[in-house]
Amino acid sequence: MAKKTSKTAKKGEISIKNVTKVYDPTGVNVMAVDNCSMEIAGGEVCMIVGPSGCGKTTLLNSIAGFHSITEGSIHLDGELLCGPGKPKAEQSAERMVVFQHGALFPWKTLQENVAYGPTVQKAMSASEAMDKAGHMLADAGLGSFITKFPGEVSSGMARRAEIVRALINNPKVLLLDEPYRAMDALTKQIMHESLLETYDRTGVTIFFITHDLEEAIFLGDKVHVVTTRPCQLKKTIEVKIPRPRSFETQSSEEFRKLLVEVNDAVHEEAVKAFKAGEREMA
Amino acid sequence: MTNFLQKLFGNTTGRRGVSAIIVFVIIWHVGSQLDEWTGYDMLGIGLVPPPADVFVAFLGVVPKVGYWMSWVASFSRVITGFIVAMIIGIPFGLLLAVNRYFRGVFFPPFEILRPIPPLAWVPASLIFWPTNEMSIAFVTFLGAFFTIVINVLGGARNIDISYLRAAQSMGASQFDLFWKIVLPGTLPSIFTGAAVGMGITWEVVLAAEMISGGGTQGGGGLGFFIWSSYMGGSLEQIVVGMISIGIAGYLSSSAIRKIGYHFMPWRRLF
Repeated sequence: MAKKTSKTAKKGEISIKNVTKVYDPTGVNVMAVDNCSMEIAGGEVCMIVGPSGCGKTTLLNSIAGFHSITEGSIHLDGELLCGPGKPKAEQSAERMVVFQHGALFPWKTLQENVAYGPTVQKAMSASEAMDKAGHMLADAGLGSFITKFPGEVSSGMARRAEIVRALINNPKVLLLDEPYRAMDALTKQIMHESLLETYDRTGVTIFFITHDLEEAIFLGDKVHVVTTRPCQLKKTIEVKIPRPRSFETQSSEEFRKLLVEVNDAVHEEAVKAFKAGEREMA
Repeated sequence: MTNFLQKLFGNTTGRRGVSAIIVFVIIWHVGSQLDEWTGYDMLGIGLVPPPADVFVAFLGVVPKVGYWMSWVASFSRVITGFIVAMIIGIPFGLLLAVNRYFRGVFFPPFEILRPIPPLAWVPASLIFWPTNEMSIAFVTFLGAFFTIVINVLGGARNIDISYLRAAQSMGASQFDLFWKIVLPGTLPSIFTGAAVGMGITWEVVLAAEMISGGGTQGGGGLGFFIWSSYMGGSLEQIVVGMISIGIAGYLSSSAIRKIGYHFMPWRRLF
Protein backbone atom coordinates (compact mmCIF):
# COMPACT_ATOMS: atom_id res chain seq x y z
CA MET A 1 0.00 0.00 0.00
CA ALA A 2 0.98 3.55 -0.61
CA LYS A 3 1.05 4.16 3.13
CA LYS A 4 4.08 1.96 3.65
CA THR A 5 6.40 3.99 1.47
CA SER A 6 7.09 7.58 2.30
CA LYS A 7 6.70 10.09 -0.48
CA THR A 8 10.41 10.37 -1.16
CA ALA A 9 10.87 6.62 -1.53
CA LYS A 10 8.09 6.51 -4.12
CA LYS A 11 9.51 5.41 -7.41
CA GLY A 12 7.09 3.41 -9.47
CA GLU A 13 9.59 1.61 -11.65
CA ILE A 14 7.87 -1.05 -13.72
CA SER A 15 9.78 -3.86 -15.33
CA ILE A 16 7.87 -6.08 -17.73
CA LYS A 17 9.90 -9.12 -18.72
CA ASN A 18 8.94 -11.61 -21.43
CA VAL A 19 5.27 -11.46 -20.57
CA THR A 20 3.01 -13.80 -22.48
CA LYS A 21 -0.74 -14.03 -22.05
CA VAL A 22 -2.83 -16.73 -23.66
CA TYR A 23 -6.59 -16.63 -23.36
CA ASP A 24 -8.28 -19.98 -23.49
CA PRO A 25 -11.94 -19.47 -22.71
CA THR A 26 -13.39 -21.80 -25.35
CA GLY A 27 -10.54 -24.22 -25.86
CA VAL A 28 -9.18 -22.12 -28.71
CA ASN A 29 -5.97 -20.46 -27.62
CA VAL A 30 -5.78 -16.79 -28.35
CA MET A 31 -2.42 -15.23 -27.72
CA ALA A 32 -2.98 -11.66 -26.61
CA VAL A 33 0.55 -10.81 -25.52
CA ASP A 34 3.64 -12.60 -26.79
CA ASN A 35 6.96 -12.29 -25.04
CA CYS A 36 6.59 -8.60 -24.42
CA SER A 37 9.28 -6.72 -22.50
CA MET A 38 9.36 -3.09 -21.42
CA GLU A 39 11.18 -1.04 -18.83
CA ILE A 40 9.42 1.95 -17.38
CA ALA A 41 11.47 4.24 -15.18
CA GLY A 42 9.99 5.70 -11.99
CA GLY A 43 8.15 8.92 -12.66
CA GLU A 44 8.08 8.37 -16.38
CA VAL A 45 5.11 9.00 -18.64
CA CYS A 46 4.97 5.89 -20.74
CA MET A 47 2.59 5.90 -23.67
CA ILE A 48 1.49 2.65 -25.28
CA VAL A 49 0.30 2.95 -28.87
CA GLY A 50 -0.92 0.13 -31.06
CA PRO A 51 -3.80 -1.11 -33.19
CA SER A 52 -7.22 -1.87 -31.68
CA GLY A 53 -7.57 -5.19 -29.93
CA CYS A 54 -3.84 -5.80 -29.92
CA GLY A 55 -3.52 -6.70 -26.25
CA LYS A 56 -2.56 -3.34 -24.75
CA THR A 57 -5.40 -3.49 -22.25
CA THR A 58 -4.40 -7.04 -21.36
CA LEU A 59 -0.99 -5.72 -20.43
CA LEU A 60 -2.51 -2.97 -18.32
CA ASN A 61 -4.87 -5.43 -16.64
CA SER A 62 -1.94 -7.66 -15.75
CA ILE A 63 -0.16 -4.78 -14.04
CA ALA A 64 -3.35 -3.78 -12.22
CA GLY A 65 -3.99 -7.34 -11.10
CA PHE A 66 -7.26 -7.89 -12.97
CA HIS A 67 -5.85 -10.68 -15.15
CA SER A 68 -3.26 -13.38 -14.73
CA ILE A 69 -0.31 -13.77 -17.06
CA THR A 70 0.74 -17.04 -18.66
CA GLU A 71 4.51 -16.53 -18.73
CA GLY A 72 7.10 -13.94 -17.80
CA SER A 73 7.10 -11.53 -14.91
CA ILE A 74 6.21 -8.00 -13.91
CA HIS A 75 8.07 -6.19 -11.14
CA LEU A 76 7.29 -2.91 -9.46
CA ASP A 77 10.32 -1.28 -7.79
CA GLY A 78 12.04 -4.64 -7.73
CA GLU A 79 9.14 -6.42 -6.05
CA LEU A 80 7.45 -9.20 -7.92
CA LEU A 81 3.86 -8.35 -8.89
CA CYS A 82 3.24 -11.44 -10.94
CA GLY A 83 5.45 -14.07 -12.45
CA PRO A 84 6.39 -17.69 -12.02
CA GLY A 85 4.31 -19.25 -9.24
CA LYS A 86 2.15 -16.14 -8.91
CA PRO A 87 0.22 -15.64 -12.14
CA LYS A 88 -1.96 -12.80 -10.90
CA ALA A 89 -0.88 -9.61 -9.15
CA GLU A 90 -2.81 -8.42 -6.13
CA GLN A 91 -4.96 -5.39 -6.66
CA SER A 92 -3.56 -2.51 -4.74
CA ALA A 93 -3.92 1.22 -4.31
CA GLU A 94 -0.27 1.64 -5.34
CA ARG A 95 -1.45 0.93 -8.90
CA MET A 96 -4.59 2.88 -9.65
CA VAL A 97 -6.53 2.46 -12.88
CA VAL A 98 -8.54 5.09 -14.70
CA PHE A 99 -10.93 3.20 -16.92
CA GLN A 100 -11.80 3.63 -20.56
CA HIS A 101 -15.47 4.30 -19.97
CA GLY A 102 -15.09 5.93 -16.61
CA ALA A 103 -15.86 4.18 -13.37
CA LEU A 104 -16.90 6.84 -10.92
CA PHE A 105 -19.63 5.31 -8.77
CA PRO A 106 -22.84 6.93 -10.06
CA TRP A 107 -24.47 6.70 -6.63
CA LYS A 108 -21.81 8.79 -4.91
CA THR A 109 -21.11 12.48 -5.32
CA LEU A 110 -17.72 13.49 -6.71
CA GLN A 111 -16.51 14.19 -3.19
CA GLU A 112 -17.76 10.86 -1.85
CA ASN A 113 -16.16 9.10 -4.80
CA VAL A 114 -12.78 10.64 -4.09
CA ALA A 115 -13.09 9.98 -0.36
CA TYR A 116 -13.91 6.32 -0.95
CA GLY A 117 -10.33 5.01 -1.13
CA PRO A 118 -8.95 6.48 2.12
CA THR A 119 -12.21 5.59 3.88
CA VAL A 120 -12.24 1.89 3.01
CA GLN A 121 -8.51 1.63 3.64
CA LYS A 122 -9.22 3.21 7.04
CA ALA A 123 -6.29 5.52 6.31
CA MET A 124 -8.41 8.44 7.45
CA SER A 125 -11.66 8.98 9.26
CA ALA A 126 -14.65 9.52 7.01
CA SER A 127 -14.75 13.25 7.71
CA GLU A 128 -11.00 13.69 7.15
CA ALA A 129 -11.30 11.83 3.87
CA MET A 130 -14.20 14.04 2.80
CA ASP A 131 -12.21 17.16 3.70
CA LYS A 132 -9.19 16.04 1.77
CA ALA A 133 -11.32 14.96 -1.19
CA GLY A 134 -12.95 18.40 -1.22
CA HIS A 135 -9.57 20.15 -1.25
CA MET A 136 -8.13 17.92 -3.95
CA LEU A 137 -11.17 18.39 -6.16
CA ALA A 138 -10.93 22.14 -5.65
CA ASP A 139 -7.26 22.01 -6.67
CA ALA A 140 -8.33 20.23 -9.84
CA GLY A 141 -10.75 23.05 -10.61
CA LEU A 142 -13.83 21.13 -9.56
CA GLY A 143 -14.49 23.03 -6.34
CA SER A 144 -18.04 24.00 -7.20
CA PHE A 145 -19.02 20.51 -8.31
CA ILE A 146 -18.05 18.41 -5.31
CA THR A 147 -21.63 17.73 -4.27
CA LYS A 148 -22.72 16.77 -7.78
CA PHE A 149 -23.28 13.22 -8.90
CA PRO A 150 -21.16 11.97 -11.82
CA GLY A 151 -24.29 11.99 -14.01
CA GLU A 152 -24.61 15.72 -13.47
CA VAL A 153 -21.18 16.79 -14.73
CA SER A 154 -19.56 16.66 -18.16
CA SER A 155 -17.45 13.69 -19.18
CA GLY A 156 -14.34 15.85 -18.95
CA MET A 157 -15.08 16.81 -15.36
CA ALA A 158 -15.92 13.23 -14.49
CA ARG A 159 -12.62 12.05 -15.88
CA ARG A 160 -10.69 14.69 -13.96
CA ALA A 161 -12.51 13.66 -10.79
CA GLU A 162 -11.64 10.05 -11.48
CA ILE A 163 -7.96 10.92 -11.71
CA VAL A 164 -8.26 12.79 -8.42
CA ARG A 165 -9.92 9.70 -6.93
CA ALA A 166 -6.90 7.68 -8.01
CA LEU A 167 -4.36 10.24 -6.77
CA ILE A 168 -5.81 10.57 -3.27
CA ASN A 169 -4.53 7.04 -2.68
CA ASN A 170 -1.00 8.30 -3.34
CA PRO A 171 -0.29 5.60 -5.93
CA LYS A 172 3.10 4.82 -7.40
CA VAL A 173 1.63 4.17 -10.79
CA LEU A 174 -1.36 5.58 -12.62
CA LEU A 175 -2.71 3.21 -15.25
CA LEU A 176 -4.86 4.97 -17.83
CA ASP A 177 -6.75 3.01 -20.44
CA GLU A 178 -7.70 5.43 -23.21
CA PRO A 179 -9.27 7.78 -20.72
CA TYR A 180 -9.92 10.58 -23.22
CA ARG A 181 -11.34 8.47 -25.97
CA ALA A 182 -14.51 9.88 -27.53
CA MET A 183 -13.82 13.38 -26.23
CA ASP A 184 -13.83 16.32 -28.57
CA ALA A 185 -10.52 17.95 -29.43
CA LEU A 186 -11.07 20.99 -27.21
CA THR A 187 -11.97 18.97 -24.13
CA LYS A 188 -9.05 16.68 -24.80
CA GLN A 189 -6.71 19.64 -24.88
CA ILE A 190 -7.92 20.77 -21.47
CA MET A 191 -7.64 17.20 -20.14
CA HIS A 192 -4.05 16.99 -21.36
CA GLU A 193 -3.06 20.23 -19.74
CA SER A 194 -4.69 19.17 -16.51
CA LEU A 195 -2.99 15.77 -16.55
CA LEU A 196 0.41 17.31 -17.27
CA GLU A 197 -0.09 19.77 -14.46
CA THR A 198 -0.96 16.88 -12.14
CA TYR A 199 2.06 14.96 -13.33
CA ASP A 200 4.42 17.88 -12.81
CA ARG A 201 3.08 18.21 -9.28
CA THR A 202 3.11 14.55 -8.22
CA GLY A 203 5.73 12.88 -10.43
CA VAL A 204 3.69 9.69 -10.44
CA THR A 205 4.59 7.05 -13.02
CA ILE A 206 2.02 7.04 -15.80
CA PHE A 207 1.21 4.06 -17.99
CA PHE A 208 -1.12 5.43 -20.64
CA ILE A 209 -2.80 3.51 -23.45
CA THR A 210 -4.00 5.49 -26.43
CA HIS A 211 -4.82 5.46 -30.12
CA ASP A 212 -4.17 9.14 -30.48
CA LEU A 213 -0.63 9.66 -31.73
CA GLU A 214 -0.51 13.38 -31.02
CA GLU A 215 -1.70 12.69 -27.49
CA ALA A 216 1.05 10.09 -27.12
CA ILE A 217 3.81 12.48 -28.12
CA PHE A 218 2.42 15.49 -26.32
CA LEU A 219 2.13 13.68 -22.98
CA GLY A 220 4.83 11.04 -23.10
CA ASP A 221 8.47 10.69 -22.18
CA LYS A 222 8.52 7.52 -24.21
CA VAL A 223 6.13 6.18 -26.78
CA HIS A 224 6.07 2.42 -27.01
CA VAL A 225 4.60 1.27 -30.28
CA VAL A 226 3.32 -2.29 -29.96
CA THR A 227 2.52 -4.78 -32.66
CA THR A 228 -0.86 -6.14 -33.61
CA ARG A 229 -2.03 -9.24 -31.73
CA PRO A 230 -0.14 -10.87 -30.15
CA CYS A 231 1.21 -7.74 -28.53
CA GLN A 232 4.98 -7.26 -28.66
CA LEU A 233 7.10 -4.17 -28.33
CA LYS A 234 7.88 -2.96 -31.83
CA LYS A 235 9.61 0.34 -31.33
CA THR A 236 10.29 2.79 -28.55
CA ILE A 237 10.44 6.45 -29.42
CA GLU A 238 11.85 8.87 -26.92
CA VAL A 239 10.25 12.25 -26.69
CA LYS A 240 12.86 14.76 -25.62
CA ILE A 241 10.63 17.80 -25.72
CA PRO A 242 11.29 19.61 -22.42
CA ARG A 243 8.63 20.00 -19.75
CA PRO A 244 6.53 21.79 -18.82
CA ARG A 245 4.93 21.42 -22.20
CA SER A 246 2.19 23.65 -23.44
CA PHE A 247 -0.27 23.92 -26.23
CA GLU A 248 2.36 25.53 -28.54
CA THR A 249 4.57 22.46 -28.28
CA GLN A 250 2.32 20.71 -30.74
CA SER A 251 3.23 23.05 -33.57
CA SER A 252 7.01 22.70 -33.13
CA GLU A 253 9.19 21.12 -35.78
CA GLU A 254 10.38 18.43 -33.35
CA PHE A 255 6.81 17.42 -32.52
CA ARG A 256 5.95 17.04 -36.21
CA LYS A 257 9.03 14.90 -36.85
CA LEU A 258 8.19 12.58 -33.98
CA LEU A 259 4.64 12.32 -35.20
CA VAL A 260 5.82 11.10 -38.58
CA GLU A 261 8.10 8.57 -36.92
CA VAL A 262 5.37 7.17 -34.67
CA ASN A 263 2.87 7.22 -37.49
CA ASP A 264 5.16 5.12 -39.71
CA ALA A 265 5.55 2.48 -37.03
CA VAL A 266 1.87 2.36 -36.15
CA HIS A 267 0.61 2.44 -39.71
CA GLU A 268 2.46 -0.73 -40.61
CA GLU A 269 0.86 -2.52 -37.67
CA ALA A 270 -2.57 -1.12 -38.40
CA VAL A 271 -2.38 -2.48 -41.95
CA LYS A 272 -1.31 -5.88 -40.60
CA ALA A 273 -4.14 -5.86 -38.10
CA PHE A 274 -6.61 -4.95 -40.80
CA LYS A 275 -5.41 -7.77 -43.08
CA ALA A 276 -5.49 -10.26 -40.23
CA GLY A 277 -9.06 -9.16 -39.58
CA GLU A 278 -9.94 -9.76 -43.23
CA ARG A 279 -8.43 -13.24 -43.05
CA GLU A 280 -10.44 -14.08 -39.96
CA MET A 281 -13.61 -12.90 -41.65
CA ALA A 282 -12.90 -14.92 -44.83
CA MET B 1 -55.37 21.26 -1.73
CA THR B 2 -54.31 24.47 -3.49
CA ASN B 3 -50.82 23.09 -3.38
CA PHE B 4 -51.99 19.93 -5.06
CA LEU B 5 -53.87 21.86 -7.75
CA GLN B 6 -50.88 24.06 -8.36
CA LYS B 7 -48.75 21.01 -8.78
CA LEU B 8 -51.28 19.49 -11.14
CA PHE B 9 -51.86 22.50 -13.37
CA GLY B 10 -48.73 24.52 -12.77
CA ASN B 11 -46.64 22.59 -15.27
CA THR B 12 -46.99 21.29 -18.79
CA THR B 13 -46.80 17.63 -17.80
CA GLY B 14 -49.61 18.03 -15.26
CA ARG B 15 -51.83 19.96 -17.69
CA ARG B 16 -51.16 17.42 -20.41
CA GLY B 17 -52.08 14.53 -18.11
CA VAL B 18 -55.30 16.12 -16.93
CA SER B 19 -56.31 17.09 -20.49
CA ALA B 20 -55.68 13.53 -21.66
CA ILE B 21 -57.97 12.15 -18.96
CA ILE B 22 -60.69 14.68 -19.85
CA VAL B 23 -60.43 13.80 -23.54
CA PHE B 24 -60.64 10.13 -22.66
CA VAL B 25 -63.82 10.69 -20.63
CA ILE B 26 -65.35 12.67 -23.52
CA ILE B 27 -64.61 9.88 -26.00
CA TRP B 28 -66.04 7.41 -23.51
CA HIS B 29 -69.21 9.48 -23.22
CA VAL B 30 -69.57 9.93 -26.97
CA GLY B 31 -68.94 6.22 -27.47
CA SER B 32 -71.61 5.22 -24.99
CA GLN B 33 -74.18 7.60 -26.50
CA LEU B 34 -73.38 7.01 -30.15
CA ASP B 35 -76.03 4.35 -30.55
CA GLU B 36 -78.77 6.71 -29.37
CA TRP B 37 -77.51 9.60 -31.43
CA THR B 38 -76.76 7.88 -34.72
CA GLY B 39 -78.16 4.40 -34.47
CA TYR B 40 -74.69 2.90 -34.70
CA ASP B 41 -72.36 1.72 -31.95
CA MET B 42 -68.81 2.90 -31.78
CA LEU B 43 -66.79 -0.18 -32.49
CA GLY B 44 -66.20 -2.21 -29.36
CA ILE B 45 -67.59 0.16 -26.76
CA GLY B 46 -71.28 0.09 -27.56
CA LEU B 47 -72.34 -1.47 -24.29
CA VAL B 48 -70.32 0.70 -21.95
CA PRO B 49 -72.31 2.70 -19.39
CA PRO B 50 -71.84 6.44 -19.84
CA PRO B 51 -69.35 8.10 -17.48
CA ALA B 52 -72.13 10.09 -15.79
CA ASP B 53 -73.93 6.88 -14.77
CA VAL B 54 -70.71 5.44 -13.47
CA PHE B 55 -70.16 8.61 -11.49
CA VAL B 56 -73.61 8.32 -9.99
CA ALA B 57 -72.93 4.69 -9.09
CA PHE B 58 -69.65 5.82 -7.55
CA LEU B 59 -71.46 8.40 -5.41
CA GLY B 60 -73.78 5.56 -4.43
CA VAL B 61 -71.01 3.37 -3.06
CA VAL B 62 -68.85 6.07 -1.49
CA PRO B 63 -70.89 6.31 1.72
CA LYS B 64 -70.97 2.53 2.09
CA VAL B 65 -68.52 1.04 4.53
CA GLY B 66 -68.35 -2.18 2.52
CA TYR B 67 -66.83 -0.41 -0.47
CA TRP B 68 -64.03 1.06 1.61
CA MET B 69 -63.55 -2.24 3.39
CA SER B 70 -62.90 -3.74 -0.05
CA TRP B 71 -60.14 -1.22 -0.55
CA VAL B 72 -58.66 -2.03 2.82
CA ALA B 73 -58.89 -5.78 2.21
CA SER B 74 -57.24 -5.66 -1.21
CA PHE B 75 -54.62 -3.16 -0.16
CA SER B 76 -53.60 -5.13 2.90
CA ARG B 77 -53.30 -8.32 0.84
CA VAL B 78 -51.23 -6.56 -1.79
CA ILE B 79 -48.99 -4.92 0.77
CA THR B 80 -48.51 -8.13 2.76
CA GLY B 81 -47.67 -10.21 -0.29
CA PHE B 82 -45.50 -7.49 -1.74
CA ILE B 83 -43.51 -6.79 1.40
CA VAL B 84 -42.89 -10.47 2.07
CA ALA B 85 -41.79 -10.83 -1.56
CA MET B 86 -39.35 -7.94 -1.14
CA ILE B 87 -38.01 -9.23 2.17
CA ILE B 88 -37.35 -12.69 0.77
CA GLY B 89 -36.77 -11.79 -2.88
CA ILE B 90 -34.08 -9.12 -2.54
CA PRO B 91 -31.64 -11.15 -0.42
CA PHE B 92 -32.44 -14.26 -2.45
CA GLY B 93 -31.70 -12.46 -5.73
CA LEU B 94 -28.52 -10.94 -4.34
CA LEU B 95 -27.33 -14.30 -3.08
CA LEU B 96 -28.01 -15.85 -6.47
CA ALA B 97 -25.95 -13.08 -8.02
CA VAL B 98 -22.91 -13.15 -5.75
CA ASN B 99 -22.62 -16.77 -4.66
CA ARG B 100 -21.82 -19.40 -7.26
CA TYR B 101 -22.79 -22.35 -5.03
CA PHE B 102 -26.05 -20.81 -3.97
CA ARG B 103 -26.86 -20.14 -7.62
CA GLY B 104 -25.96 -23.69 -8.57
CA VAL B 105 -28.37 -25.12 -6.02
CA PHE B 106 -31.30 -22.71 -6.10
CA PHE B 107 -31.41 -21.29 -9.60
CA PRO B 108 -32.62 -24.45 -11.42
CA PRO B 109 -35.68 -25.06 -9.18
CA PHE B 110 -36.40 -21.34 -9.22
CA GLU B 111 -36.38 -21.35 -13.01
CA ILE B 112 -38.74 -24.31 -13.13
CA LEU B 113 -41.23 -22.66 -10.77
CA ARG B 114 -40.98 -19.20 -12.36
CA PRO B 115 -42.92 -19.86 -15.58
CA ILE B 116 -45.94 -21.14 -13.64
CA PRO B 117 -48.46 -18.28 -13.71
CA PRO B 118 -49.34 -17.16 -10.17
CA LEU B 119 -53.02 -17.84 -10.87
CA ALA B 120 -52.24 -21.49 -11.54
CA TRP B 121 -51.26 -21.65 -7.87
CA VAL B 122 -54.72 -20.55 -6.69
CA PRO B 123 -56.43 -23.97 -6.43
CA ALA B 124 -53.41 -25.61 -4.84
CA SER B 125 -52.92 -22.84 -2.32
CA LEU B 126 -56.63 -22.80 -1.41
CA ILE B 127 -56.21 -26.44 -0.44
CA PHE B 128 -52.78 -26.05 1.06
CA TRP B 129 -53.21 -23.01 3.29
CA PRO B 130 -55.59 -23.22 6.26
CA THR B 131 -57.40 -19.93 5.57
CA ASN B 132 -58.63 -18.15 2.49
CA GLU B 133 -56.73 -15.08 3.56
CA MET B 134 -53.42 -16.92 3.67
CA SER B 135 -54.02 -18.49 0.26
CA ILE B 136 -54.63 -15.10 -1.32
CA ALA B 137 -51.59 -13.59 0.41
CA PHE B 138 -49.47 -16.50 -0.78
CA VAL B 139 -50.54 -16.16 -4.40
CA THR B 140 -49.99 -12.41 -4.20
CA PHE B 141 -46.54 -13.02 -2.82
CA LEU B 142 -45.71 -15.33 -5.72
CA GLY B 143 -46.82 -12.70 -8.20
CA ALA B 144 -44.23 -10.23 -6.97
CA PHE B 145 -41.54 -12.64 -5.84
CA PHE B 146 -40.35 -14.03 -9.17
CA THR B 147 -40.26 -10.63 -10.83
CA ILE B 148 -38.31 -9.09 -7.98
CA VAL B 149 -35.78 -11.92 -7.84
CA ILE B 150 -35.16 -11.89 -11.59
CA ASN B 151 -34.66 -8.13 -11.58
CA VAL B 152 -32.34 -8.17 -8.59
CA LEU B 153 -30.32 -11.01 -10.05
CA GLY B 154 -30.05 -9.36 -13.46
CA GLY B 155 -29.23 -5.98 -11.95
CA ALA B 156 -26.53 -7.30 -9.65
CA ARG B 157 -24.94 -9.38 -12.39
CA ASN B 158 -24.88 -6.41 -14.74
CA ILE B 159 -22.97 -4.07 -12.50
CA ASP B 160 -20.08 -2.64 -14.50
CA ILE B 161 -17.05 -4.70 -13.60
CA SER B 162 -14.99 -1.50 -13.60
CA TYR B 163 -16.83 -0.39 -10.45
CA LEU B 164 -15.85 -3.59 -8.68
CA ARG B 165 -12.27 -3.41 -9.92
CA ALA B 166 -11.94 0.24 -8.97
CA ALA B 167 -13.30 -0.42 -5.48
CA GLN B 168 -11.06 -3.44 -4.99
CA SER B 169 -8.00 -1.55 -6.15
CA MET B 170 -8.80 1.14 -3.61
CA GLY B 171 -8.79 -1.51 -0.91
CA ALA B 172 -12.46 -2.34 -0.45
CA SER B 173 -13.15 -5.46 1.60
CA GLN B 174 -15.77 -8.00 0.55
CA PHE B 175 -18.09 -6.36 3.04
CA ASP B 176 -17.51 -2.88 1.54
CA LEU B 177 -17.88 -4.30 -1.94
CA PHE B 178 -21.28 -5.73 -1.13
CA TRP B 179 -22.76 -2.87 0.84
CA LYS B 180 -21.17 0.07 -0.98
CA ILE B 181 -21.00 -1.17 -4.56
CA VAL B 182 -23.20 -4.18 -5.27
CA LEU B 183 -26.20 -2.99 -3.28
CA PRO B 184 -26.38 0.61 -4.55
CA GLY B 185 -25.53 -0.65 -8.03
CA THR B 186 -28.51 -2.99 -7.86
CA LEU B 187 -30.98 -0.48 -6.37
CA PRO B 188 -32.32 0.73 -9.73
CA SER B 189 -33.11 -2.85 -10.70
CA ILE B 190 -34.64 -3.51 -7.29
CA PHE B 191 -37.03 -0.63 -7.83
CA THR B 192 -37.80 -1.66 -11.40
CA GLY B 193 -38.60 -5.13 -10.09
CA ALA B 194 -40.70 -3.62 -7.30
CA ALA B 195 -42.71 -1.48 -9.73
CA VAL B 196 -43.39 -4.37 -12.10
CA GLY B 197 -44.01 -6.73 -9.19
CA MET B 198 -46.51 -4.32 -7.67
CA GLY B 199 -48.46 -4.30 -10.94
CA ILE B 200 -48.54 -8.09 -11.04
CA THR B 201 -49.58 -8.19 -7.38
CA TRP B 202 -52.70 -6.17 -8.17
CA GLU B 203 -53.56 -8.42 -11.10
CA VAL B 204 -53.13 -11.50 -8.98
CA VAL B 205 -54.96 -10.31 -5.90
CA LEU B 206 -58.01 -9.34 -7.95
CA ALA B 207 -58.19 -12.66 -9.71
CA ALA B 208 -57.59 -14.57 -6.48
CA GLU B 209 -60.40 -12.65 -4.77
CA MET B 210 -62.78 -13.41 -7.62
CA ILE B 211 -61.97 -17.08 -7.55
CA SER B 212 -61.91 -17.62 -3.83
CA GLY B 213 -64.97 -15.49 -3.15
CA GLY B 214 -65.00 -13.42 -0.03
CA GLY B 215 -66.68 -12.74 3.20
CA THR B 216 -69.32 -10.15 3.84
CA GLN B 217 -68.82 -6.45 4.52
CA GLY B 218 -66.22 -6.05 1.82
CA GLY B 219 -63.91 -8.71 3.22
CA GLY B 220 -63.69 -10.06 -0.31
CA GLY B 221 -61.77 -7.06 -1.55
CA LEU B 222 -62.11 -5.08 -4.76
CA GLY B 223 -61.95 -8.25 -6.84
CA PHE B 224 -64.97 -9.63 -5.07
CA PHE B 225 -66.64 -6.22 -5.28
CA ILE B 226 -66.47 -6.44 -9.07
CA TRP B 227 -67.56 -10.04 -9.05
CA SER B 228 -70.59 -9.39 -6.87
CA SER B 229 -71.49 -6.37 -9.00
CA TYR B 230 -71.41 -8.68 -11.97
CA MET B 231 -73.60 -11.18 -10.15
CA GLY B 232 -75.96 -8.34 -9.22
CA GLY B 233 -76.02 -7.20 -12.83
CA SER B 234 -74.81 -3.68 -12.13
CA LEU B 235 -72.70 -2.68 -15.08
CA GLU B 236 -72.01 0.76 -13.62
CA GLN B 237 -70.73 -0.70 -10.39
CA ILE B 238 -68.41 -3.06 -12.27
CA VAL B 239 -66.83 -0.04 -13.91
CA VAL B 240 -66.61 1.70 -10.51
CA GLY B 241 -64.69 -1.32 -9.24
CA MET B 242 -62.42 -1.32 -12.26
CA ILE B 243 -61.61 2.35 -11.90
CA SER B 244 -61.01 1.86 -8.18
CA ILE B 245 -58.39 -0.74 -9.03
CA GLY B 246 -56.81 1.60 -11.54
CA ILE B 247 -56.53 4.27 -8.89
CA ALA B 248 -55.25 1.81 -6.31
CA GLY B 249 -52.57 0.57 -8.70
CA TYR B 250 -51.60 4.12 -9.56
CA LEU B 251 -51.29 5.04 -5.87
CA SER B 252 -49.14 1.97 -5.26
CA SER B 253 -46.73 2.66 -8.10
CA SER B 254 -46.42 6.35 -7.19
CA ALA B 255 -45.55 5.27 -3.67
CA ILE B 256 -42.80 3.04 -5.05
CA ARG B 257 -41.51 5.87 -7.24
CA LYS B 258 -41.42 8.21 -4.23
CA ILE B 259 -39.51 5.68 -2.16
CA GLY B 260 -37.17 5.05 -5.09
CA TYR B 261 -36.39 8.75 -5.38
CA HIS B 262 -35.67 8.85 -1.69
CA PHE B 263 -33.19 5.97 -1.83
CA MET B 264 -31.60 6.90 -5.16
CA PRO B 265 -30.92 10.63 -5.17
CA TRP B 266 -28.58 10.22 -8.14
CA ARG B 267 -31.45 8.94 -10.25
CA ARG B 268 -33.46 12.12 -9.83
CA LEU B 269 -31.48 13.61 -12.66
CA PHE B 270 -33.00 11.36 -15.25
